[in-house]
Amino acid sequence: MRFVDEFRDADKAHALSAKITALCEPGRQYKIMEVCGGHTHTIYKHGLEDYLPEQITLVHGPGCPVCVIPMGRVDDAMALAAEPDVIMTSFGDMMRVPGSNGSFFDAKARGTDIRMVYSPLDSLKIARSNPGKRVIFMAIGFETTAPSTAVTVLRAAAENLDNFSIFCNHVTIVPAIKAILDSPDLRLDGFLGPGHVSTVIGCRPYEFIARDYGKPVVVAGFEPLDILQSIYMLMQQLAEGRAEVENQYARVVPWNGNAVALKAIGETMELRPYFEWRGLGFISHSALKVREKYAKFDAELLYSVPGVRVADPKACQCGEVLKGVLKPWECKVFGTACTPETPIGTCMVSPEGACAAYYNYGRLTRTRVKEASTS
Amino acid sequence: MTTGSAGWVEEALRAHDEAQQQEQAGQDHPGQDHPGQDHPGQEQRPERKGSPQPRPGTVREELVLDRIDRARRARPRVKEERITMSHGAGGKATQTLIEAIFLDAFRNPLLEPLEDAARLQVNGTGIALTTDSYVVSPLFFPGGDIGDLAVNGTVNDLAVSGATPLSLSAAFILEEGFPITDLTRIVASMQAAAQRAGVAIVTGDTKVVERGKADGCYINTAGVGVVQGDVALGVATARPGDAILVSGPIGDHGVTIMLARGELDIEADIESDTAPLNGLVADLLGQVGGVRALRDATRGGVATILNEIARAAGVGILVTEDAIPVRPEVRGASELLGIDPMYVACEGRLVAVVDGQEADRALGALRAHPLGEQAAIIGRVTAEPPGIVQLKTAFGGTRIVDMLVGDPLPRIC
Amino acid sequence: MCLGIPGEVIEFLPDQPDLARVNVSGVKRVINIGLLADDPPQPGEWVLIHVGFALSKIDEDEAAAALSFLEGIGQAYEDELAALQDSRIE
Repeated sequence: MRFVDEFRDADKAHALSAKITALCEPGRQYKIMEVCGGHTHTIYKHGLEDYLPEQITLVHGPGCPVCVIPMGRVDDAMALAAEPDVIMTSFGDMMRVPGSNGSFFDAKARGTDIRMVYSPLDSLKIARSNPGKRVIFMAIGFETTAPSTAVTVLRAAAENLDNFSIFCNHVTIVPAIKAILDSPDLRLDGFLGPGHVSTVIGCRPYEFIARDYGKPVVVAGFEPLDILQSIYMLMQQLAEGRAEVENQYARVVPWNGNAVALKAIGETMELRPYFEWRGLGFISHSALKVREKYAKFDAELLYSVPGVRVADPKACQCGEVLKGVLKPWECKVFGTACTPETPIGTCMVSPEGACAAYYNYGRLTRTRVKEASTS
Repeated sequence: MTTGSAGWVEEALRAHDEAQQQEQAGQDHPGQDHPGQDHPGQEQRPERKGSPQPRPGTVREELVLDRIDRARRARPRVKEERITMSHGAGGKATQTLIEAIFLDAFRNPLLEPLEDAARLQVNGTGIALTTDSYVVSPLFFPGGDIGDLAVNGTVNDLAVSGATPLSLSAAFILEEGFPITDLTRIVASMQAAAQRAGVAIVTGDTKVVERGKADGCYINTAGVGVVQGDVALGVATARPGDAILVSGPIGDHGVTIMLARGELDIEADIESDTAPLNGLVADLLGQVGGVRALRDATRGGVATILNEIARAAGVGILVTEDAIPVRPEVRGASELLGIDPMYVACEGRLVAVVDGQEADRALGALRAHPLGEQAAIIGRVTAEPPGIVQLKTAFGGTRIVDMLVGDPLPRIC
Repeated sequence: MCLGIPGEVIEFLPDQPDLARVNVSGVKRVINIGLLADDPPQPGEWVLIHVGFALSKIDEDEAAAALSFLEGIGQAYEDELAALQDSRIE
């Protein structure tokens, strides 16, 4: 596969690994946060941590837009799905996220019409072919996915569809990063920037991290070599005492982002004054809602959603895991009350949630893994 | 535990508290036996010879992993109130349902091995008996139809049990309004498949249900075969040093079905791999000694079978990603959808566990047959860690291949 | 929210300016290229695909540059390994 296989070459990985190790100051521990769930997934899927020296710890940040949706909003989505004549459409990732009374999956078992789609355009298609039904699209994701939702809404408007709407839960990454940087319990040395979000917003939005907090940022791609190269670039910055934003994923990420995409978002959506993030609390200007001009496509206006705030269960330590303060196994309920079959917190639900990724892929400690692979 | 009922969070936390108390009690009274636990409380983990001092955090990590392992070994219970699609996906939920509901109720020595076919002794002759139901949608897809699946699937269950397939039954549940021409097509496929496999359909049944049920056509089959000589295949016999082989590229059928459903708007030149494997199996067993177990990789894919082997035999498995054959189109479609071919169903591929010394001969035997041309040795059985399947990635790192949870839903992330 | 996959643009759809057919390892899908309206991709060019939309063009020069950096590192590593092999202090 082009542009994929070349960046999965194991030999080059050894070389990068050696270079990364060489840049580590003896006795110093490094904590690098990867903000993007896709990075977490790649790291575990390819066993990348085996290539890093013990001095470097990768911390998983809040880069999973499914993980950060609070239970109350999931309950709202379930209420929408239960409305008469509604077909709820959703990405696969959302199907197993549990609210207070179950997930889309559970509702489907009870007979609710919930369908999985790969693209918001599929949802539009369902609306066109089911004029007697009202189709709602569960819109989730960071700025990566928001433009696609936006274009879909614009298409719906152009076609004058009257049976299509979205339940908008798009969130923006920068306020979450800022919340983490301002958090007192954290000590990070650098960031791997979210590669695909950056294709939309570009690299400039991260400049404040380098400028105001003195931390280097490298916008990273998603193949294993992309991540290793990005870590190498971060280590170089640290070794040279620099704090800048660099773009490792230049083959895909334009420095200035995608103007057309940003325009589409701007035309159809606006920032909410604040939004609750699971485990991080309320963050201002961190989420999008549908603009008044497109009100007829806003499910929150067309239907009445309960809007009840459901506090995270006390035992849930998703917040600390999301902030990178705790590793998954350090959460008290990891593996006992909270498992992939019964995910209390959504860090366990989405396959790229830190806990699910660890449970599924990275369970063995490094020593045990090395023993097994040489036996 | 199910997330479907109200108050499930409180229930999960209560279960967690109980588990904590049990652990605490075990700590206070080491040596006391606790039901459901394999070793009392916590022990100081003895230092492995030659391994470095555990890093701070790893002791806690190991305790958590032990807890997970114990939970896995605990008696299965179905806590859901209703059947969900997960129960049909072939992964954890299916396994739990089978063990907790069916095995529990029907328990007898012939059922307990839970292999693809039951092995009976009738007047001194070994007979294998299997049954299957086919509910695939759509009924017709590139590479075959529900009829092909019905015959080949049943034949394969018999073949991998070491039996020569003889006769099949075919029971049809037809939906009111189902076109007769479609039925004729399906039945023609079944006859052609039966001839190809050298079996006969000797008895059957027909039921019709109202419009809206049975999705057009459901087929249930049973198959009977004769077990040759002293063939004794079973996943529990796998032992360290054994080799693991697959007979060809994986994931073809499942991806074909996903694409054929038409919802994903993807065109690809992929077709189902449905095929009768009895000829291939006969060749393998005829030419190679030391074949421990055979399984056909259907629902849940190769990953599920590897986990079944590891669990049943209490061994570890290490497979190499590079060695697992996957067609480029299947890989492309899987990448596009965000699914893992290891968990995707095949309908004409087998997984074989073979004495390590015989690995190359087994490979040769498979490759000499048209259905095994792209067979490959994909890994080995290891002693440690027991019950765990690991994958050495193309990239050189290692990760765990867990049992499937739910359906392999396409991800966008 | 990151599953983006590279695909090669094969052709535009005749009566739908925003749509193009792409090829990913032999698998074809119709996607929306409207987000690249400022600089539409031509058949033969590669794009990054996410939930049915092209988010960005894959710049072949940048990709080549990244790969040659990696080759360089790889070569330097091999050279070092070779040097290590040759210089046994016994």
